Amino acid sequence: IGIGVVIRIIVCRSSNPSDWSELSEFLLCASGDLVKVFSTSTEECVHVLEGHTGQVTGVILNPTNHLQVYSCSADGTIRLWDFIDGILIKIFVCGWPIFSIYVSEKHVGIAFITIHMEKNFQLVALHLPKVPEQEVEAREMSAVLCNISSNPGSTAMGRGGEYVASVMGRQLTVYFFKKLKTYRFSLKATDKKGAKNAFTCVACHPKDDCIATGHEDGKIRLWRNFNQKKEYTYSTQHWHHDAVGTLCFTTEGMHLLSGGVESVLVQWHCEEVNKKDFLPRLGGAISHICVSPDGQMYSTSHLDNKINIIHCSLKLSAVIQGLVKGNIWTDLMIDPRTRALVMNGRPGHLQFYSLQQDKQLYSLDIVQQEYINQEGLDQFEVMRAAFSVGGTWLATVEERGRCTSDLESSLKLWVYNEKAQSFELNTTITAAHQDRIMHMCFSPSTETTMLVTTAWDNQFKVWLLGLDSDTQKEHASWSCDYVGSYHGLQPTNCCFSSDGSLLAVSFKEVVTIWSSDTWELLTTLCQPPGPIRELCFGRLSCSKYLLGTTAKNLFCWNLLTCSLEWSTPMDVCLLRSDPLSENVVAFSLHSGNTDLFVFRPSEPRPLFTQKAVCGGKVQRCVFSPREEPLDSCDERFQWLNRSRLYFLTELMELLTFSTKAEDERILNSRKQLLVDDSVAVTPFYLLLGKHRQQQEEKQNSGVSQAADRVQPPQASVAIKELLHTPAHVLPAASFLCSMFVNSLLISNTGSRYGSLRFC
Amino acid sequence: MASFKPVKVQTIPKLGERVTEDTLYWKNYKAPVQIKEFAAVTKIEFSPLPPHNYVVTASTRIQVYGPHSLEPVRTFTRFHDAAYGGSFRGDGKLLVAGSEEGLIRLFDTGGRVALRQFTGHSKAVHVTSFLSDGYRVLSGSDDLSSRVWDVASGTELNSYTEHTDYIRAAAASKLNPDLYVTGSYDHTVKLFDVRVGGSVMTMQHGHPVESVLLYPSEALLVSTGGRYVKVWDLLKGGQQLVSLKNHHKTVTCACLSTTDNKLLTGSLDRHVKVYNSSYKVVHNFDYATSILSLAVAPDDKVIAVGMTNGVLSVRHRKHTEEKQEVLGKRRRNPAYRVFIKGKNYVPKQDDFLVSKTVKQHLQKHDRQLKCFQVSKALDTALEIWRRFHKPEVTVAVMTELNRRGTLKNALAGRDEQSLTTLLNFLIKYVLTLLNVALMIRLGDSPVIERLLQRLMELLGREAELQQELLQVLGILDTLFASLTPRKEVTGPAVPPIMQGSQLQAA
Repeated sequence: IGIGVVIRIIVCRSSNPSDWSELSEFLLCASGDLVKVFSTSTEECVHVLEGHTGQVTGVILNPTNHLQVYSCSADGTIRLWDFIDGILIKIFVCGWPIFSIYVSEKHVGIAFITIHMEKNFQLVALHLPKVPEQEVEAREMSAVLCNISSNPGSTAMGRGGEYVASVMGRQLTVYFFKKLKTYRFSLKATDKKGAKNAFTCVACHPKDDCIATGHEDGKIRLWRNFNQKKEYTYSTQHWHHDAVGTLCFTTEGMHLLSGGVESVLVQWHCEEVNKKDFLPRLGGAISHICVSPDGQMYSTSHLDNKINIIHCSLKLSAVIQGLVKGNIWTDLMIDPRTRALVMNGRPGHLQFYSLQQDKQLYSLDIVQQEYINQEGLDQFEVMRAAFSVGGTWLATVEERGRCTSDLESSLKLWVYNEKAQSFELNTTITAAHQDRIMHMCFSPSTETTMLVTTAWDNQFKVWLLGLDSDTQKEHASWSCDYVGSYHGLQPTNCCFSSDGSLLAVSFKEVVTIWSSDTWELLTTLCQPPGPIRELCFGRLSCSKYLLGTTAKNLFCWNLLTCSLEWSTPMDVCLLRSDPLSENVVAFSLHSGNTDLFVFRPSEPRPLFTQKAVCGGKVQRCVFSPREEPLDSCDERFQWLNRSRLYFLTELMELLTFSTKAEDERILNSRKQLLVDDSVAVTPFYLLLGKHRQQQEEKQNSGVSQAADRVQPPQASVAIKELLHTPAHVLPAASFLCSMFVNSLLISNTGSRYGSLRFC
Repeated sequence: MASFKPVKVQTIPKLGERVTEDTLYWKNYKAPVQIKEFAAVTKIEFSPLPPHNYVVTASTRIQVYGPHSLEPVRTFTRFHDAAYGGSFRGDGKLLVAGSEEGLIRLFDTGGRVALRQFTGHSKAVHVTSFLSDGYRVLSGSDDLSSRVWDVASGTELNSYTEHTDYIRAAAASKLNPDLYVTGSYDHTVKLFDVRVGGSVMTMQHGHPVESVLLYPSEALLVSTGGRYVKVWDLLKGGQQLVSLKNHHKTVTCACLSTTDNKLLTGSLDRHVKVYNSSYKVVHNFDYATSILSLAVAPDDKVIAVGMTNGVLSVRHRKHTEEKQEVLGKRRRNPAYRVFIKGKNYVPKQDDFLVSKTVKQHLQKHDRQLKCFQVSKALDTALEIWRRFHKPEVTVAVMTELNRRGTLKNALAGRDEQSLTTLLNFLIKYVLTLLNVALMIRLGDSPVIERLLQRLMELLGREAELQQELLQVLGILDTLFASLTPRKEVTGPAVPPIMQGSQLQAA
């Protein structure tokens, strides 16, 4: 096996147009350059349609065959997929980057796409040639509308493809295909009341000649009689307080759905104009709404990488949540219990994201206040967070009023409750410091629970879990133990040595070392040019070394001699140590690209170097311990054996390093997820199927196995009986259960008949 | 879909003592009953046998009170000068007391006349006590001697003059009839063994000893004197276990509660303090004047305290039955079964279960905030009951409105009356609760103007106070810095709660 390090992008999903399959069983969603097929009942990702080389911009069902789906991408191709099996059927190469795609029943063999041509966006009809080859050049196109918006929501096909409506600025354009006529309707820039009349989105009624448009001031206009130049009419509805984000008619045209920044799904009744239903607090701003073909399900996709699946009676039925990518203020952290990645999630929340399953585990509400979905409002945000070594304690800092002078902040300490399996608030300290808290860390020693915070008010504070009164052990809370400062300088970083006996706090150019038992200043270290940016102790055998970076240099001090061990001129922007080994990783920005160095503090020679890991600055990074250590023999990659390195780039992409062998294994495991569609995909089935497969492998080890397909279980009579008998004839499940479980046991063979063994 | 999150009401933790089980236990006493004596009450002791009468020594009289009577059951008035140290025998039938004249008299609790009279001390006898065999009496006197007397013959058995100053405290061992402890104004506590014929152990208290006390196990000895209460471990040869300095005047008396041997001390500073097993003060009783004597009845039913102004203050424990009565009165609300009606129903095997969403109960102001009715929410928060009883809720709603950026909207278009209530509320709470940054649109009204001026004055005063506090902090910092010249100390650790409510503390 050839070993090489590849950088694997693990999470780069963004909320994109989604579409429903025929039976509202699957939801299709564009995610980066992939199209994902989700099961609506289990929220699991069933298939990943891979193939596009650019961002997928649109997904739409084939109107003539509802088991097929068109997807268009910025790489200039339209692909036709069979999404049930995850098979690519056809590739139509158009040559232009495509921004959106529309199809209709009346225009068979034609796809309407938005492309950038002659300095504006145009809607063109692309003829999809019918040829047997898989990859086809599709060059035959005719312009339909010029000068339209590139936003997919601002163009819509009406009444099964009789006309197309598009909005741009303050103009609505309707084009009738039969009459080949274009009608344009304009609104005034503003009226007396100061309304902002610019269009934001459009939707067409599926059965009626009616167009709904959303506006920047939150109004919704319903247009009728738009096949006349003068006698057109419109009625206005106003509920949204901000711009209408998206509009959608239900399949039968009974209701109009709208959503926007408020994160409220509004269901307007088309017959009774004033009647509307709401579904509030869905998540981030609603970016897209779509309705399943049978009208049973709605789905809303949100800006915070979330898709809600809603039953038509406005009941939330499923949530598909990806990694929330907003502003990241906290460090990347690994929850020691679940090994989940922890960072800022929804506003005021911390998200726990499982990297193994690529799925959000849960989101912890830190602020515990109602989030007001309104732009420009200064609300509490989680700014810092830190875990104690065992994961029992979590400290968070939330702040408000960063821009204005009156800063409100509070330090919260959370304890993990084994019974509830989640974190519970233990102590809230309002205004823990007089200014912003810069950095905080827990002491790694197991005897005491200690937290150190450094802040802009030129102080660092030590917080201890108080167990003073013997009668009140259950209400143990945190209190300040020591306040330290150094010549009125501003502390920046703090770091505990690996045994917790020393605390290093950097004050501008000076690093101070404190004894954590007596809070005595032991020594100061200083290397003048420039303030200290990052500070970190070595681990394990290198725990006597302290690393620090300035804008120009990387220093390594030996704390036994209190002298500088070595230094190199290097602009390090990020420094992290691996908790399981001596390795330290440093990211350095060099001419627009970031280089990566892995080294041990004991020697100034890097173990591994990777130039130009990514463009731009690396924001955050974290070492995540592996579940089972890798045994790579190549010296260059031994630093990856114990833990994995994740880092976040400027474009908020989360990247990691993995060896080629590992990559292949991941691909294989993904293939195993593709299961036979005759049986419903449940986690139970996956478990069972795997088990069956292993059993079969044992039986006919000579026969090569097809890796991608799992054979449906058929060997056992009991299972067959269970699966093929109608449910109403079957005896009670409790009766069947023991029989069923017995059938799964590996039967004893004659050779070990005497010995009792349980598998 | 997440549910609406109600407004978080921030409660400021109360400074001072926290409510513990001990506090509740020691608070559970009725108001004290006061009995006027002729002079300072120097000694109180409870009879070890029920009904636990107690003997009170004050002036020339020795009086025995019943546990519930305010009138003395029996009075002994045989002394010509002040009597001291009235004390029961272990069976509660005999009583011994010393006097200013140097006489020691022995009484039968049933009779009136002195049965015995021990003469020999040349100066006042301040402490007397029976040894645990009941046949001998020990006494400590100002003539520097402590003596043991035989009750049957009325003769002196032993006399020790090892102390170099007045003996004012003594305690006899309950387990060994030959051991007793004396405390003296020569700053020492001595343990005497009659068999040896002298002191076997000497402990330096460091201050004139006012009282000594043995724990029932007799491994620990408590001595009080000066402002200190010291506990000694007798099994370790009189090693000092702990030294407590919780009073700010001389500690005159100490006793143990009978339920779990809590230590109680009374002092001239008018306080009785209760310590827990780790010698932390868990409760504090305040009295009108300096305390000279203190006793606790068995089962902690009664605490009797004697004071310098001759007042005997008796506290009785509240009965448990009274508590139940209170509970009975409260039972006006619907019964518990009303709330669980139908909720504990377990569905049968073939029942079809239709689940109903539980409706979230919200406070009125939360309901209004949920509907973005900010002005109404502020009105609700300023309702009279809430304003007076739960001002923190009002403040929380105001903070929430400020966070939502709608405080201006909520305050707009208010009339004089509602603004007056609002301003009055602010004036009342601006210093104690968190101050809210408020912007107020005003109509022209003299009332409002006056209130605003008062508010401004208050804020000005607060600013001045803060400045003074900072100055004090600076002074303290320099003091601390000069105290520890070698270490680099940056001032005391200020707990975070203190900062929020410095004003309260000030």
